[in-house]
Amino acid sequence: MSLTSNLHLLLPEFLLAGLAFVIFSADLLLAEGRKHWLAWISVLGLIGLTVLSLLLLWDRDELMYGGLFHVDAYSLFFKTFFMVLGIVVILSSIDFVKARFTSQGEYYAIILMAILAMNIMSASGELLTAYIALELMSFSFYIMVAYLRGNPLSNEAGIKYILIGAFSSAFLLFGISIVYTTTLETRFVDIAGFLANANDISPALWVGLGMMLVGLGFKMAAVPFHMWAPDVYQGAPLPITAYLAVGSKAAAFALVLRMFSEAFAPAIDDWRILIAVLAVATMSVGNLAAMVQHNVKRLLAYSSIGQVGYLLVGIAALSHLASNGIMLHIVGYAFTSMAVFVGVITFFNMTGKEEIKDMAGLADSHPFLAASIAIGLFSLAGLPFFAGFATKFYLFNAAANEDMLWLAGIAVLNSLFSLYYYLNVIRQMYIEPKPEPADEEQVIEEEGRVVTLSQRPSLLLTGVLAAMVLGTIFVGVFPFPIVEAIEAATTALAIVG
Amino acid sequence: MALFATILIPLLGGILLAFFPAHRGREIKVFAILLSVATLFLSIVLFAAYDYSAGGFQFTQSFKWLDHPMNISFSLGMDGISAPMVLLTGIVMFAATLIAWNIEHRPKDFLVLLLMLVAGVYGTFVSMDLFFLFFFYELAVLPMFLLIGVWGSSSDFGTFFRSKEYGAMKLTLYLVAGSVLVWVAIMAMFWASYQAGTPTFSLEELGNVEFNDSFKHFQNLFFPLVMVGFGVLAGLWPFHTWSPDGHVAAPTSVSMLHAGVLMKLGAYGIIRVGLELMPEGAETWLPVLVGLGAVNVFYGAVSAMSQTDLKYVVGYSSVSHMGYVLIGIATLDRLGMGGAVLQMFSHGIMTALFFALVGAIYDRAHVRDVGVLEGLAKRMPMTAAFFAVAGLASLGLPGLSGFVAEFLVFVGAFKTYLPVAVIGVIGAAITAVYILRLLAKVFFGPIRPEWEHLTDASRVELGAAALLAFVLLFVGVWPLPLMDVINAGVIEIPGILGVSG
Repeated sequence: MSLTSNLHLLLPEFLLAGLAFVIFSADLLLAEGRKHWLAWISVLGLIGLTVLSLLLLWDRDELMYGGLFHVDAYSLFFKTFFMVLGIVVILSSIDFVKARFTSQGEYYAIILMAILAMNIMSASGELLTAYIALELMSFSFYIMVAYLRGNPLSNEAGIKYILIGAFSSAFLLFGISIVYTTTLETRFVDIAGFLANANDISPALWVGLGMMLVGLGFKMAAVPFHMWAPDVYQGAPLPITAYLAVGSKAAAFALVLRMFSEAFAPAIDDWRILIAVLAVATMSVGNLAAMVQHNVKRLLAYSSIGQVGYLLVGIAALSHLASNGIMLHIVGYAFTSMAVFVGVITFFNMTGKEEIKDMAGLADSHPFLAASIAIGLFSLAGLPFFAGFATKFYLFNAAANEDMLWLAGIAVLNSLFSLYYYLNVIRQMYIEPKPEPADEEQVIEEEGRVVTLSQRPSLLLTGVLAAMVLGTIFVGVFPFPIVEAIEAATTALAIVG
Repeated sequence: MALFATILIPLLGGILLAFFPAHRGREIKVFAILLSVATLFLSIVLFAAYDYSAGGFQFTQSFKWLDHPMNISFSLGMDGISAPMVLLTGIVMFAATLIAWNIEHRPKDFLVLLLMLVAGVYGTFVSMDLFFLFFFYELAVLPMFLLIGVWGSSSDFGTFFRSKEYGAMKLTLYLVAGSVLVWVAIMAMFWASYQAGTPTFSLEELGNVEFNDSFKHFQNLFFPLVMVGFGVLAGLWPFHTWSPDGHVAAPTSVSMLHAGVLMKLGAYGIIRVGLELMPEGAETWLPVLVGLGAVNVFYGAVSAMSQTDLKYVVGYSSVSHMGYVLIGIATLDRLGMGGAVLQMFSHGIMTALFFALVGAIYDRAHVRDVGVLEGLAKRMPMTAAFFAVAGLASLGLPGLSGFVAEFLVFVGAFKTYLPVAVIGVIGAAITAVYILRLLAKVFFGPIRPEWEHLTDASRVELGAAALLAFVLLFVGVWPLPLMDVINAGVIEIPGILGVSG
């Protein structure tokens, strides 16, 4: 097989990289007042690329470059997911970026780079390709987290994130090299073959796998590798916090799910309990720590750690059904979480505040906004009519079916814990009295930059919010079409063992 | 389609209502009342059309929701146990919507949430698929937090303070904790059906799965989860404390729905999921349930006797009356079980009436303290009369529905658990003491001067009360139409005793 055969299947990736560079260079040409066009160009480009990917890659199942890169239903599913998510993130950034950033162009271009990295993560069939994609995504996030240049919290977050990131990358890379030296393979399928033939896992391989797990654990913020997350989430600009919470987690799981099902599945009996323990620790710590938070971003950071725990339950119970469950939960979580985040962004754009107690009386002044956030929080807690209930039900049942009822039980119990702190936010919005109404237009100074606040939520954000809420309800009430797509993706995954 | 409509009318109606302009309070309330009239009408028609001689699930319909291997389908059906519950929901909802006429603060949001709650209640009663039963069950719990938290009232009892946030949070966390247990049991049952090679959530198909094949004592292990999990909502002692606290904090129409129908969901869940799917586990654990039920009756009655707040009195009397339901279920006897279902119906109507009247008094006097309220009958004669009807039904006076239900429960219990039946009768006697004392003091004593200015309940409130009182009388005098339907459902419960042939 030559390197150039089927090259057109990589067209979406090439075009996406091209789009990022177009944005970079257009940024130099556009006048200051027209920079927000870049956002719209990115959105249009992403819509085009989504359509193109669906048309070009539909029903394809090919392995490129001798197993480095998959073009299959699984990668197509995630590609579509990441590009649509990117559109949502960009749309919800526009107002924020306009008000607070000096350099707009790079921001959108870097988001596009991150999307490219995520797409490759879901498609890679080999350790080094996966590693490079993961690094590209991480670097994009390092920059984006520190984007609020004047803000010390953002700078601190950037430093923390890059140090921890580099640290965990070292773990991951070292783990990969040990795995390579013991198995002499880096392609997932070959590793699976090695594991299937090996009688037991050698200590060296254990160390390698363990280090990879540590590295990936840092990237997805699994307990005990989660300490960076709350600080980084709090410091990052809000749309990036949202993107971190949804995008980077989804991408990490897109990679991990493929890696575990195609490479490590034959040894599942050996590592299953390890992942299960990790899952229990992650969801319990995440949900318990979230109870005492005062800052919305920190609360959502811990809550997203809890969600990682739920997804790890699916990895521990790796099976066809569990793989479906993971993907379904990711989709539901994305809608839900974006609904909450877009709501919080809207709130932040209006008030410049991000403490939970600042949201008091929101239901009186902005009923739609409060209702949307409440719906998102109820969904995160796993209450019905919303995505969270259906996706958790599916995911946890899958775990129970793999003889892990105890793990599913702990996960359900964690949903109860989480309800408590979500209800506290809802209580602020609905029950606590409204503070003194602010003036229609308010100007505040933020680290030397003058930011104008408006008491009216922007039309754009309201539209995005409505779409996310509808998505949350749709997944919760009628997940059938999404489950069909996921079924195809899981089938392409071909879980070994 | 008729059963689907019971869910869709409140659900879509509620969504439609959300788009009304918020300041048109009157139109909003009228629309909500129209919706509740529609559901009431539908409930009556469904109940009347249920053919009890044929029995089984009727008006069934089913849509595939998720394919193999989850095999979840949206299937609806109504049998002899759910039919009276559907009727009950229709009646209580209508009465509660009428009472909600008094809501002035954000009436739109209130009614939307109330309609969501009712959609959840209907859905639970008519679902034939475990997933959807649980789905609607949780949907019914979800709006309670806001309904109590926003529209409720905090109470200062001198020695202690009960904020509405406390009541709302306690209620929600208790109920969701209960549903955690149920959820685990549901996963276990699905897992067992998966292992048996027939993964399903359909209640009928799960009924055929031999759960003990999966591993030994499966039913003994998981029945208590269902029993306690649903039991929390049914006010099962010692997990009942959310209920009186919730009532005290809740606004009137929410209290009506909460005690009138929501608590019935718990008892219904024990029958539908517990007894029908895991009869062997039930056999092991029902003696425990009967014991807890007896504690419920006795403890609830004694607590009610020592309370001074009207809402706490009625709240604890609910705990006590739900004890009869639990005892009746636990007898597993045809008569006792029939009595339990009838008691669910009768108690639902009765407490709704109680809370409607307590709410009417509180709205006017702004206190609920039994020590202060005296001789109200002089100024609120109609309220007093209806309160007397509810009270007499509560203590089991013949001619009112409570008597028939409790009598049947006692007959069932005498056959199977004699000591419990004795405790039950004692509990009824205590009920008579505190209800009569309450009536004598609060209504029929000499009036306190500060209540001279009180006016009687409004026409809307009296209309709601009259409807509920009429149902109590009707069922008390002529329970046959209800009992025929209930019997058709009860005889199909696996392992039921006292069925000849």
